[in-house]
Amino acid sequence: MDSDEEDFSYEEEDDEGDDSCDFGVDADEGFDSTYDMPNTASGADDIFTYEVLTPDTIVSYMNTIIDEVDAVFQLTRPVARILLGHFKWDKEKLLERYYCGDQEKLFKDAHLVNPLAQSTLNKVQRLSRSNSGSTSSAFCDICLQVSTNIQTFQGLECHHEFCTRCWKEYLTSKIMDEQKENIACPAVKCDILVNETFVGRILNDQIVKRKYHHLIANSFVVNNRLIKWCPAPDCMNAVKASYSDANAVTCLCRHEFCFGCTEPVHEPVNCSLLKQWIKKCNDDSETANWISANTKECPKCQVTIEKNGGCNHMVCRNNSCKADFCWVCLGPWEPHGSNWYSCNRFDEKDSQNAREAQNKSRSSLERYLFYCNRYMNHIQSAKLECELEAKVVTKMNEMQKHNMSWIEVQFLTKAVKVLSMCRNTLKYTYVFAFYLQKNNQTVIFEDNQKDVEMATETLSEYLERDISSENLGCIKQKVQDKYRYCEMRRKVLLDHVNEGYERDFWEFQDIP
Amino acid sequence: MAATRRLTKELNDIRKSGIRVFRDIRVDESNILNWQGLIVPESAPYNKGAFRIEIVFPAEYPFKPPKITFKTKIYHPNIDEKGQVCLPIIGAENWKPATKTDQVIQALVALVQDPEPEHPLRADLAEEYTKDRKKFMKNAEEHTKKHAEKRPSD
Repeated sequence: MDSDEEDFSYEEEDDEGDDSCDFGVDADEGFDSTYDMPNTASGADDIFTYEVLTPDTIVSYMNTIIDEVDAVFQLTRPVARILLGHFKWDKEKLLERYYCGDQEKLFKDAHLVNPLAQSTLNKVQRLSRSNSGSTSSAFCDICLQVSTNIQTFQGLECHHEFCTRCWKEYLTSKIMDEQKENIACPAVKCDILVNETFVGRILNDQIVKRKYHHLIANSFVVNNRLIKWCPAPDCMNAVKASYSDANAVTCLCRHEFCFGCTEPVHEPVNCSLLKQWIKKCNDDSETANWISANTKECPKCQVTIEKNGGCNHMVCRNNSCKADFCWVCLGPWEPHGSNWYSCNRFDEKDSQNAREAQNKSRSSLERYLFYCNRYMNHIQSAKLECELEAKVVTKMNEMQKHNMSWIEVQFLTKAVKVLSMCRNTLKYTYVFAFYLQKNNQTVIFEDNQKDVEMATETLSEYLERDISSENLGCIKQKVQDKYRYCEMRRKVLLDHVNEGYERDFWEFQDIP
Repeated sequence: MAATRRLTKELNDIRKSGIRVFRDIRVDESNILNWQGLIVPESAPYNKGAFRIEIVFPAEYPFKPPKITFKTKIYHPNIDEKGQVCLPIIGAENWKPATKTDQVIQALVALVQDPEPEHPLRADLAEEYTKDRKKFMKNAEEHTKKHAEKRPSD
């Protein structure tokens, strides 16, 4: 018991003074937060702002929220955390529910024993236990062994007690194998959740404990609409935004991504079309054939789901979704319940449509390949141009030897940057165009696209070839003119697309 | 081995209790993680035969649930042609280490005797069960007589 506080620090270092990562085992202990809540002025809520959270600040931000709730409720911090988790970290919703509803039901729904009613119950339980404990032995319902040492028996507020060895194994298996942070009491039909204080008391393996804390932080991030993990490999940071939107954010690791879908920044195409596109592109590979044959998407949250049991009643395992649906028809599960349903009946009209669709599929494949080729081509070019960066640095050094100052050669860096930005945008214009239904606006879009593409290709040519041959003063003028033109035309294209999103003049085709 | 110790005890308890719906329990002495037994339903249409099942316990038992498969063919909405059965109590999501094997068997027998057409593994049988109970009972009984094992005589 005494070593709790120390054991519970998020990092392994045994720095006693640092309790910014403390998960708050002891409610009485002072908490010093290193996280400053950003000023959220209500007048400026239209501006998209974001900040990067490191693993430490994620935890301290989480603790800040827990503390705020705990200060109001005056319960314990683990209880506050579970309640917050139940409301997907929506503090306002929790407070509203806490004061405007049946508290007994609230605790029940959050899988907690009502701590307000607990004190009396506790006494009764302790009394009965000390009575039996002093004389007899205890029986563990998991290992089915009788133990004379009743001190090794522990349980949650629901008072289902098991021997410490079984608890240890149970928690370890849940944390390490099933990667769950929401762990219920092992007793049959009991859904009371274990809290971090209890886990800290049972476990002494540091690896498992660290994993548990990581899972808690992870559930905090994934359940929070306004926080996203940085998708870069091995990056442990998360990004917190003022509101959830498809905006470009840059992590401390310098990885830039779209906050809406965590894919790389993908203007002008929007997140949902991009997702469709990526799936479609992957469909042509072997792996994706497997995916399309074996998985479906949750009809509610679109997460990819593999069926791992026989039952067709699917419950989405995405913590923030949990939709019930039928695997076969992807419709909601409810009508499949007591009354019989129609997902077994073959629709004659559907089959006719299917045949027509088959005829269409040939031409649609050609269309897809057209756009895909151009999309892939820009990816390929962008890859090759990565080498350009190194080449340009050499060139810049060379130029500085020829009577040019450092500042005078900076245009090359800028040119390479513009080139890569334009390539990225062009790449996604083909995804956008693929889903676009032809109308007058698409003609303008295609003209813009053509313009940016031509200019980008010329800029690329200048940087690849002419840079080494022609005289430097002349090339500088040419390159500068071109990249400025590219930048401007790119902006024109994106503005036009955004205007279309706002004024709703884009019509998209539904292409499977 | 925690699994072995617990299973030895559970096996003894089940054998001692003389449970009538689950009999002829065979356990390989070298491997207590693998049980076979005979489900002997007491109500129609399955009371004309007995059904052999296999229970496979994982090494991590009781922290991971056992798996059950029917070795005898059965005409049932919740048991498919491969003998797989959808039993919530041993689903990975619902499993509780304090659940005993005899509770699992009770749940299984309850499911066999009282099909749940709203969670079907065989949609055709579920539909027949809900739409035309008489026909279902007749088919299931015939199927049982034809494919099921003989019921123990005592």
